[in-house]
Amino acid sequence: MIELTVNGQSQRFDGDPDMPLLWFLRDELGLTGTKFGCGAALCGACMVHIDGTPSFSCITPLSVAEGAEVTTIEGLSPDGAHPVQVAWRELNVAQCGYCQSGQMMQAAALLAETPQPTDEDIDAVMSQNLCRCGTYPRIRAAIKRASGQEEG
Amino acid sequence: MEHLRNVSRRAVLMGMGAGALVLSIGLPGAAQEPEPPLEFGADAMPHGWRDDPTIFVAIDPDGTVTVTVHRSEMGQGVRVSMAMVVADELEADWNRVQVAQAPGDEPRFGNQDTDGSRSLRHFFQPMRRAGAAARQMLREAAAAEWGVPVEEIEAQNHMLRHVGSDRSVGYGEMAARAAEAEIPHRQSLTLKTPEQFRYIGRDDIGLIDNPDIVMGTTRYGIDAKADGMLYAVIARPPVLGGRVASHDDTAALEVPGVRRVVVLEAPALPSEFQPLGGVAVIADNTWAAMRGRAALQIEWEGGEHGSYDSEAFRAELERAAREGEGIEVRNQGDAPAALKSAATRVEAEYYIPHLAQAPMEPPAALAQIRDGKCEVWACVQAPQVTRVRLAEKLGLTPEDVTVNVTLLGGGFGRKSKPDFVLEAAVLSREMDGAPVKVTWTREDDLHHSFFHTVSLERLEAGLDESGHPVAWLHRTAAPTIGSIFAPDPQQKLPFELGMGLTNMPLDVPNVRAENPQAQAHARIGWYRSVSNIPHAFAIQSFIAELAHEAGRDPRDYLLEVIGPARHINPIEMGDVWNYGEDPARYPLDTGRLRRVIEVATEAAGWGRQMPARSGLGLAAHYSFLTHVAVVAEVEVSEAGDVRIPRVDIAVDCGAHVNPDRIRSQMEGAVVMGTGQALMSQITFADGRVQQDNFDSYLVPRMETAPRQIRVHLVGAQDYDRPLGGVGEPGLPPVPPAIINAIFAATGQRIRHLPVGDQLRA
Repeated sequence: MIELTVNGQSQRFDGDPDMPLLWFLRDELGLTGTKFGCGAALCGACMVHIDGTPSFSCITPLSVAEGAEVTTIEGLSPDGAHPVQVAWRELNVAQCGYCQSGQMMQAAALLAETPQPTDEDIDAVMSQNLCRCGTYPRIRAAIKRASGQEEG
Repeated sequence: MEHLRNVSRRAVLMGMGAGALVLSIGLPGAAQEPEPPLEFGADAMPHGWRDDPTIFVAIDPDGTVTVTVHRSEMGQGVRVSMAMVVADELEADWNRVQVAQAPGDEPRFGNQDTDGSRSLRHFFQPMRRAGAAARQMLREAAAAEWGVPVEEIEAQNHMLRHVGSDRSVGYGEMAARAAEAEIPHRQSLTLKTPEQFRYIGRDDIGLIDNPDIVMGTTRYGIDAKADGMLYAVIARPPVLGGRVASHDDTAALEVPGVRRVVVLEAPALPSEFQPLGGVAVIADNTWAAMRGRAALQIEWEGGEHGSYDSEAFRAELERAAREGEGIEVRNQGDAPAALKSAATRVEAEYYIPHLAQAPMEPPAALAQIRDGKCEVWACVQAPQVTRVRLAEKLGLTPEDVTVNVTLLGGGFGRKSKPDFVLEAAVLSREMDGAPVKVTWTREDDLHHSFFHTVSLERLEAGLDESGHPVAWLHRTAAPTIGSIFAPDPQQKLPFELGMGLTNMPLDVPNVRAENPQAQAHARIGWYRSVSNIPHAFAIQSFIAELAHEAGRDPRDYLLEVIGPARHINPIEMGDVWNYGEDPARYPLDTGRLRRVIEVATEAAGWGRQMPARSGLGLAAHYSFLTHVAVVAEVEVSEAGDVRIPRVDIAVDCGAHVNPDRIRSQMEGAVVMGTGQALMSQITFADGRVQQDNFDSYLVPRMETAPRQIRVHLVGAQDYDRPLGGVGEPGLPPVPPAIINAIFAATGQRIRHLPVGDQLRA
């Protein structure tokens, strides 16, 4: 039996402890905001926070998440008021929107660690997350807006 | 009559074509007389268009307006843009507008193929009329309610007001009565003038799905769920045309949660949109299905394309382009003779590999069969095609098939093909109708896509003493999309040739284009902007090479080769397709092409002194009735790494419905085009795709994408002029602009994409 906390709620799972956290969130809990993109920590669509650390849920076995506090996009804020969410809305960052859960979770963790990220900080961290629609310039601008920095 | 003539003129100018006013498409109860469909635009698409307000607009008693959007949302913003158009003509308060997604049902909604950069091009005017008709019906209702002439009722911002008294009423209160009003004849409608637009053309309307996107509560195909749902993944034949020889599922069935293993028959080739067959594992969750699949032992048999090898095939295409003339697809003057007599002769070959669309959401669909009916939830660009193919597969009528269209996590052409939905339906049938969701892994997606074709473009030009081209010979050899529909076609189709080859508008007196044969060994499919990719890359690279040969500035030379501003009938060049549009209404306009070049180069500071190993590159291309020019600024390190500090992209797509989404499409095209230029390719060996995931199929990331992308919207805001496309035309000029910039920075000319390691010492 594996126990963990997801968005503040206790959860238990008595299935395969090798199951990646991603599929537990999506298939068992119905938290489909966390996305599948590659299954190999190559695209970041599955990004969640595990005990505050940005993590690829697609390669994190549940056994590793035992006892952890997991935050998904659904739990980033109760009302969409996290500065990252606000900036994402204001700048209309999304195109198809599919990768944006992972992008926002990555960006929120970046800002928690580095409140005023430079372009190089953004490159280094956000390059773990793919977007095929090509929203990178707006993601960069939204991170700067969320951190209170002027764009440019 | 005055009224009619006025609307008629507008309609002709706006894209419906003469006669469209009286075109009936079999609407139940429609008042219009039937007339045969016209040949162009939306009229020529399957099931044409609809503008009936009762199909697209619903108003609740509380005033909530629901606009039904019948085109698929894949990031282009069609849900917000279509709703903006309807809401504007309806005079609705945007805060009270919501969107419903139409199921696949073309007899009801008109054409739903969300491809070809056509949604606004074909439905801007019908959606305006739907909104205007609903507004008219609300006015009629208020007039009847108050017993006054309808002319005295004004509709504004969700309110109906009687001019001359202080009576007013909200849309919601009049909705029920309005629904009983007769649908006004489209000739009788008064559309707004652009000055009256409330939303159309505005830059500050946010995405309709923004609130859900930032909370993670949007639903894509892969998110579909039903009670008792089972999860499936499928092992498919690694070689096109292969099949299961034998399999051992003992270990797979021992994986906890695995329910069943099902062998799926492989289709005969060509297989159109049919699934590839293979072995499916059905389980209680996705992970169990994946583990079960990994535990399968499968012997694959044959596959007539088992020796497909990208290296060898490139040599084959080169031979075809060098030795075989192929069929002539365009001819004016006498290019071979002019080549012989030219002062200078230049030739070059350009190669573009296969590409995979690789939308971030891999193909995924849920299907359920109950009581002789099939219902699916799927991320499809072509819901009607999906419906018809499902019906055929299951032996049902289309009416017994419901295709619920989810959001698409990217499409780029991949999701025009419903193979993955058919898989889900077949597996649901195997499981006695239980809901089954099929999920493709990224490996599945890259191994079994409908790939962008591979192509070899060979160009030869003859220059006169001044360096101007007097002869132009272009040979294109590439497997055709037609190969998924017909057995072994060797030639490109007119629509593929019409993507920048047969409608190449240069001011050259002797032009010849030829299409040597090429056979397909993989499934070929649409990929955002399709054959414009190789044609634009080759032509725009070659012009820059000629400019260099002639010792001229590339911009000045490009403008000179395009020649003076003029309208060209595409048919006169040899393009019989013209994106399906009337050549008289959509001539090729070199003035507009020149203008985007001027805007992009001016914005980029063309001609400025660049640091060592930095350079500017220019390319321009007309596609999907839209003119685009791109200037890329690149820096190439001593080690050969390419960095792109800035790209300026200028676009003239006609009048703007949703400028913010035009910008975002151009930004996205620049990023995707950067991948094509620098890193992305699919290669085959032994008939198998060699890339498995995003560690080998490389696409741009934050650090490798251009740092800054500046979009310049160009052109007149004339809403009576037909619209151009937006989703695709940004892409084709991006790779040649980057490659031309690399040449400017380094003197190295890259003719084989992607750049990859070619700049490394």
